[in-house]
Amino acid sequence: MIIAVASGKGGTGKTSVSVSLAKAIAELDSKVKLLDCDVEEPNANLLLECSRISETDFSVKIPSLDISCCTGCGKCAAICEFNCIAVVKERAVIFPDLCHSCGGCSLVCPEKCISEIESKTGVITKYSSGKIHLVQGILDIGKAMSPPLIREIKKNTESEIVIIDCPPGTSCPMVTAVSNADYVILVTEPTPFGLHDMTLAVDTLRKMKMNFGVVINRSDSGDDRVENYCRKENIEVIMKIRESIDAARAYSKGIPLYDALPEIKQDFISASKTIMKRAGEKI
Amino acid sequence: MKELVIISGKGGTGKTSLSAAFASLAENAVIADCDVDAADLHLVLSPEIVKSGLFESGKLASIDESKCVSCGKCSELCRFDAVKNNGGVFSIEETSCEGCGVCAHFCPAGAVIFEDRKCGEWYISKSRFGTVSHAKLFAGAENSGKLVSLVRKNAKEKAVEEKKDLIITDGPPGIGCPVIASITGADAVLIVTEPTLSGEHDLERIASLIKHFRIPFSVCVNRFDVNEEITSRIEKKTLELGGMVAGRIPYNKIFTQSQIRSLTVTESGCSEIENIIKNIWENICRRMMMTI
Repeated sequence: MIIAVASGKGGTGKTSVSVSLAKAIAELDSKVKLLDCDVEEPNANLLLECSRISETDFSVKIPSLDISCCTGCGKCAAICEFNCIAVVKERAVIFPDLCHSCGGCSLVCPEKCISEIESKTGVITKYSSGKIHLVQGILDIGKAMSPPLIREIKKNTESEIVIIDCPPGTSCPMVTAVSNADYVILVTEPTPFGLHDMTLAVDTLRKMKMNFGVVINRSDSGDDRVENYCRKENIEVIMKIRESIDAARAYSKGIPLYDALPEIKQDFISASKTIMKRAGEKI
Repeated sequence: MKELVIISGKGGTGKTSLSAAFASLAENAVIADCDVDAADLHLVLSPEIVKSGLFESGKLASIDESKCVSCGKCSELCRFDAVKNNGGVFSIEETSCEGCGVCAHFCPAGAVIFEDRKCGEWYISKSRFGTVSHAKLFAGAENSGKLVSLVRKNAKEKAVEEKKDLIITDGPPGIGCPVIASITGADAVLIVTEPTLSGEHDLERIASLIKHFRIPFSVCVNRFDVNEEITSRIEKKTLELGGMVAGRIPYNKIFTQSQIRSLTVTESGCSEIENIIKNIWENICRRMMMTI
């Protein structure tokens, strides 16, 4: 069962909610795999007391040209939709920074002189924390393309319950992170920015035909616009978390909501039961 | 003409609220919203659209079922898990398609339709603080980096046309493609962060990225009173990395309240916050060697 935690707007508490749900599910005696797919800025390890098990480099495939057999036919440049290959003086020239690793150039080269080589773009680290296993991806600084790394982390699904901490926004990284989830939780806040970005995420999830519900964080900090929207759009509000300066202070030191407020544990345990029930239902 | 880009690494630190406040303080600026997949600046600036256009970028594959021979070649070659096989009926999932065209090129039956993709819309608008260049990326669309570049290009053209000497750009969170597109060639960057372990960690990553591009940067800690110890650490780190500390902003409900009223915090009547932000703005302008 795969549960994705996404948000549209950044800073709504996605990671704290992801870690708290993982803790609540572990409390219910299940093994949980937490996948930190916010690879540009991964933070779940900061909110979980965990020990590092392994660290491996992540690479994507980029083309490498054997210049001795290139005839300058230009078929590689023609198939490349990302302008990574140009033909200069009857030889192909490759600009790997723009490469999306589709493999088209090496497939199309009639002389078979383009092979694919590995190019490191990030690191995958595995951590253990009791019943919770955390897999974190971290994109190297200066690298633009996060979806391949996200796809790689998502291969770690050999657990009964998988929770995915997604990147913010609604474009390719978020879509890659939520795809194939059985249920998506959108964490939002009751403000104009929170609602607007949530409606964009809702449009995206509906387009992808995903099953989802909402968690309203700092639920008493704004107004009732998010709840009104959810009622009108028939979206289930799974949980509301009140604003608390104690929770904010705890979070600043790396303590997730689950451990920050004594009364909230039970709320997370019942929310996780609801979420697992919804994830088990078909749309 | 100078371009100031406001970014954060970590999301939700107050980037947009601060960008809007600067827009209200700047006398002679064009405003750009480059957080194209979650653009919020318009909720405070209430711009009126003067000009707009479709943003087409990249390609999208789809399968013509009448021609498909169900050989599965497309599914075998696709590196993006975009081809779905539903009992021999092949289709392409739009949100997963990278637009590489490998399936279209190698389909033996010529059944893959490969067309330009409509990714979003761009706008040039008028607001009470001057011209705004902004955009909307369609739900789940690709190529946000290219749309960011287009928004910046539009802003620059308007700045030249209107003889403005500054562009204030609200940037996206993270450190990837849209952020790189937002800061490449900018004159100065302001990082808005928060005093949390996550904020501190993300700041180090975004600061390394900016150093990589050799752009002068300043750092402002929002809600600094949530953890003064981490605030001090962040400020120390900023100086070590060669940045400037632009100022600290305390936690205040006025940020949310003014957002609800579609106002910038500097228009909300809270003189304490207004003065702090004016001071930060002056520090940044001084750093950019500009007159206000």
